[in-house]
Amino acid sequence: MDDGYLEQFLSLFDQFDVLGAFWVNIQLTFWAALLSLVLGTVLAVMRISPVPSLRWAGSTYVTLLRNTPLTIIIVFCVLGLWGQLGVQLSPDFQTNFFRLAVVGLSVYHAAFVCEALRSGVNTVPVGQAEAARALGLGFWPAARLVILPQAFRGAIAPLGNVLIALTKNSTVAAAGSVAEASGLMLTMIEFRPDVILLIFFTFASGFVLIVVPLGLATTALSRRLAVAR
Amino acid sequence: MRARRLVALAAAATLGLAACSSGGGDDDTDAGAGGDATETSGGAEGTIRIGIKFDQPGLGFQDGSDYTGFDVDVARYVADALGYGEDQIEWVQAPSAQRENLLQNGQVDMIFATYSITDKRKEVVSFAGPYFVAGQDLLVAADDDSISGPEDLEGKNLCSVTGSTSAQRIKDEYAAGTNLLEQPGYAQCVTALISGAVDAVTTDDIILAGLAAVPANEGKVKVVGNPFSEENYGVGLPKDSDQCEAINEAITTMVEDGTWQELLDANVGASGYEPNADLNPPEPDACA
Repeated sequence: MDDGYLEQFLSLFDQFDVLGAFWVNIQLTFWAALLSLVLGTVLAVMRISPVPSLRWAGSTYVTLLRNTPLTIIIVFCVLGLWGQLGVQLSPDFQTNFFRLAVVGLSVYHAAFVCEALRSGVNTVPVGQAEAARALGLGFWPAARLVILPQAFRGAIAPLGNVLIALTKNSTVAAAGSVAEASGLMLTMIEFRPDVILLIFFTFASGFVLIVVPLGLATTALSRRLAVAR
Repeated sequence: MRARRLVALAAAATLGLAACSSGGGDDDTDAGAGGDATETSGGAEGTIRIGIKFDQPGLGFQDGSDYTGFDVDVARYVADALGYGEDQIEWVQAPSAQRENLLQNGQVDMIFATYSITDKRKEVVSFAGPYFVAGQDLLVAADDDSISGPEDLEGKNLCSVTGSTSAQRIKDEYAAGTNLLEQPGYAQCVTALISGAVDAVTTDDIILAGLAAVPANEGKVKVVGNPFSEENYGVGLPKDSDQCEAINEAITTMVEDGTWQELLDANVGASGYEPNADLNPPEPDACA
């Protein structure tokens, strides 16, 4: 690899806003992680609740969303919600797509968050729930005060997996007209086929750089916060 | 100075590679002929792998086990001229982002897939042709007379495919007041157009004509017919290929004997689209 080649490759970063594109992925991941954690927790509570209709609704949601390809959900958000139903989440054209993509990513990953939390609930000994009931706590106070706090601490590793998957899945937002990394990669390949492998390598390593710390952090947290039994 | 030395180096490398590959090529043909002894019009032995689009109606489209479209028919004609019968052609899907790789890795022998000849691409692959000159144009609803060119897009919604040159050109030159929706494929764009979510779809005119000629879309959309760029569709070849001359000859014959026009009409004629007559049919460039 002589200088000319390397210089040409570096000129890519002037020509295209690579860091900006990755920043969009990080923002997508952040908002979708937040929303899917909230929605997923609600779903998990529904699935362990004593009310049959809530349990049914929760498991139907999980079955439906978990088994639908994410691309279809994102494309539906754009062509269905916006295109057919006229749903506008922002007056700004591009911001609207960003928010629709966050909604799509959130509803999809909420199903996985729900299941990860349920696996956390399974780590809580039955005696804890029985003790809570013996104290006179109803279902909701027992879930909020006794079961969920322990379930979260037991579910950090699977939740971390969901977060890692979400980070990489944020590239699917390109299907929803969000200008993020994978879309930029396609543009760069279209215009600079002479350095195609280096472009690919750039984006692959970009995601490694984002995801590896996430994995290390969740592993460390799951060790530190695990409930000693 | 350095540039010239590089060119000389590249030329030397190309020659060297060409010498190697002609040797390798012979081996391939022998192996192919041993496995499958097909009797064709005194043609070449073995098979030829041709890269096409599988998802572009009117140009390169997989219809069950059948392949249809202008690119596919031109590829058949050229292959026939090179001595390969229909049953010796192996169709390979060549999505836009993978075309250079497929050629460089030797996974295809040639590509007919709305492949515009550009200088950057010429650095890594070779081209024969062009066999068609397309231009970026707009697809609008059949009853929409308010859009006659990119200047009319101010404040309107426009759809194109993520990463395409068309999307980028609109962003760079016209998008100041245009809302750009980027979708993974043109089928989604047409869906958005028919539902009224966008006012226009943009890419090369012949691709738009192919979409407009799909039975499900017929009568609902139309090509504006005011192209604002020049895309020379070439036959993508590996850098070391020695087939450019033969392909160009076949293309010239195809135009002269009227087959070119016939294939065009048969594949995209239903949309009422007429190619830019000043530039079509094109004369193949000299092989480098």
